[in-house]
Amino acid sequence: MKQTRLYDVPLGRKVTVDKILSEGSIKRRLLDIGLTPGTVVYSTLKNPGGNLVAYMIRGALIAIRDDDAKNILIRGYCE
Amino acid sequence: MKKINEEKVKIDKVIALAGNPNVGKSTVFNAFTGLNQHTGNWPGKTVSNASGTMRYKDHYFKIYDLPGTYSILAHSEEEAVARDFICFGDSDLTVVVCDACTLMRNLNLVLQVTEITSNVIVCVNLIDEAKKKGIFIDIAKLEKLLGVKVVATTARSGKGLDELASMIDKYSFIKNKNTFQVEYDSYFEEAIEIVVKAVKKKLKGNLNPRWVAINLINEDKELLENISNYLGYQILDEKVISAINKAKMLLIEHDIMTNELEDLIVATINKKAEEISNLVTHYDKEDYTKKDRCIDKILTNKFTGIPLMLLLFAFIFWLTIEGANYPSALLNKLLFSIEDNLFNFCNLFLPRFLSDMLIHGMYRTLAWVVSVMLPPMMIFFPLFTLLEDLGYLPRIAFNVDKVFKKCSSCGKQALTMAMGFGCNAVGVSGTRIIDSKRERLIAILTNCFVPCNGRFPTLIAIITMFIVGIGVDNSLLSVSILMGVILLGIFMTFLVSSILSRTLLKGVPSSFTLELPPYRRPQVGKVIIRSILDRTLFVLGRAVSIAIPAGLVIWIMANVNISGVSLLNHTANLLDPFANLLGMDGVILLAFILGFPANEIVIPIIIMSYMATGSLTDFSNLYELKNLLINNGWTIYTAISVMIFCLFHFPCSTTCLTIKKETKSNKWTLLSMLIPTLCGIILCFVFNLIVKII
Repeated sequence: MKQTRLYDVPLGRKVTVDKILSEGSIKRRLLDIGLTPGTVVYSTLKNPGGNLVAYMIRGALIAIRDDDAKNILIRGYCE
Repeated sequence: MKKINEEKVKIDKVIALAGNPNVGKSTVFNAFTGLNQHTGNWPGKTVSNASGTMRYKDHYFKIYDLPGTYSILAHSEEEAVARDFICFGDSDLTVVVCDACTLMRNLNLVLQVTEITSNVIVCVNLIDEAKKKGIFIDIAKLEKLLGVKVVATTARSGKGLDELASMIDKYSFIKNKNTFQVEYDSYFEEAIEIVVKAVKKKLKGNLNPRWVAINLINEDKELLENISNYLGYQILDEKVISAINKAKMLLIEHDIMTNELEDLIVATINKKAEEISNLVTHYDKEDYTKKDRCIDKILTNKFTGIPLMLLLFAFIFWLTIEGANYPSALLNKLLFSIEDNLFNFCNLFLPRFLSDMLIHGMYRTLAWVVSVMLPPMMIFFPLFTLLEDLGYLPRIAFNVDKVFKKCSSCGKQALTMAMGFGCNAVGVSGTRIIDSKRERLIAILTNCFVPCNGRFPTLIAIITMFIVGIGVDNSLLSVSILMGVILLGIFMTFLVSSILSRTLLKGVPSSFTLELPPYRRPQVGKVIIRSILDRTLFVLGRAVSIAIPAGLVIWIMANVNISGVSLLNHTANLLDPFANLLGMDGVILLAFILGFPANEIVIPIIIMSYMATGSLTDFSNLYELKNLLINNGWTIYTAISVMIFCLFHFPCSTTCLTIKKETKSNKWTLLSMLIPTLCGIILCFVFNLIVKII
């Protein structure tokens, strides 16, 4: 079975990050902002175009493009 | 704390100020040094090292404000700047400013810094904001865990800054020893130990052996070079190399690949930061961001987000136009009413041509620039700074990213465009917040498609005179037309960005993260004072210093005759055929060219040129001005052509210099002038072709 991606998570849900598949500078950037495996992420806002979603990550609201959210695997929902 | 004016004081200690973006570092810096580093509520404000001097008691401290970075593992230029300064800048103390609301992430940086140097003070800023959100930080415990001094501050109101200053004073003279060190995987630790033994002697007490060892194993080649440069001799010798190899062998034996090492380092530091943060942070309210989210739901909503954004900008422009009308007319009247008196006065002791040059040349241009420029700027800049302070600007980038993605560029470009409304040069240097080099170049090349404050008055004056009608009290219509002009500029930005990313700057949209900071109540009083002092007077000063000599040049050109025709007319006649193709005349085109140093003086140049041949004596109001223009052959089509060309032509000299500085390339600078000019020429040409056909 394919693992759920951050991209698939609807707004308003809390999930735990499992793995980051991205490579290179974006991976760095994601790690820098604290998006490491095990981090709880809260999907908060979608932009009008629908291509950016802002997630609450460790107390900060950070927007990520959908293409990148597809490369972030999650462990499942947590309430 | 006292502002230091004299440059030549003996500096006792050097302090580096590090921190994540948007945590109030610049506010701390300004409070300590009395300098006006521009601050705003969005990440990426400080783009290069600023330095200032602080005096505390009898000691002088040189403080360096490093660019805000999440990490100093150096993946971007700014991170490298920050890291290199902390490592090799010979600072006696590094102050890491943290945001109390996002301490976990901020501690990351702290732990990275303490790996390099143990002379660190942690400043937990925004403590009041955190308290409001129900976040409490146990400062004493944090201090104990980290092994460095921790000071809680609210830099905006100045709370805690005295304590921080006294701590800086105290601890920059003492070497701290027992700083917390992140402990890695046991095999990695063993490997580090092997290399530490080999380099310790070699470093002769310089740099932190553990940190050097980690980076040697991690094969950071650039850093290695920097280390050798700093030491003045090669760090790598046979002994060190064999130690590194031995360490690597050990790691491989235990399945730790060198290319995964950095991930391991980052993950370990992250985890430790999380642990410490959990131990010292106490949450009182569960959902402390509720209010912000409600605002965001409206401001970034699918249906209301973009209309609200446009309305907000329209409102700002309306306030600017409406509010500037009256003081502008008043200033104009005042400045021109004394013109005759000044002229007569000068005539008393100066030869006639000299007072003519002084008053009708220099003074008149100056008076125009001041009366037309000052009032809108006094309104626009504070309003814009308020938006900045509030934290709205990153939301703009968030709202419009989709379109930029379609153009294969970055939503953050919208942020730099917003800055361009104030001043294109500022917009260009603001592009540093864009990570991808390609997307950054696109943003630089297209920045002058948004009209800056120097071009607004020209646009507004023409709209008022030729489209809306003078005396018609219809500022709403003016704003709508102005918005239309701006939207045309924005449309061209998209078009050109899109063309560029398919031709010269080919590429796919890159990944990026965009932080949406919490909304902060702006400090209205401070904002007004700061924006008037920092921005308005600065821009005005520049315009005035260019207006005076430009006025002189025009006057001379208009009054020096060669075979009966003035130099000005000669040049204008030369340009006439080409200008006619664009629906303008030679004088207008000449004005744009002479206005290269500052766009503000285009209209005054046109007026002066026409005046030299006309007989008008009073042009202190728009009626007279319109008559002057009509007498010189202006029609509504001329007006529209001028507006188009005003929007699309080469950026002013300041912007060009900034582009040169940012791109370090003549080619891109030249292109940044060519592209908008070509757009203007084509648009004007097509527009006039259509007019002629119809």
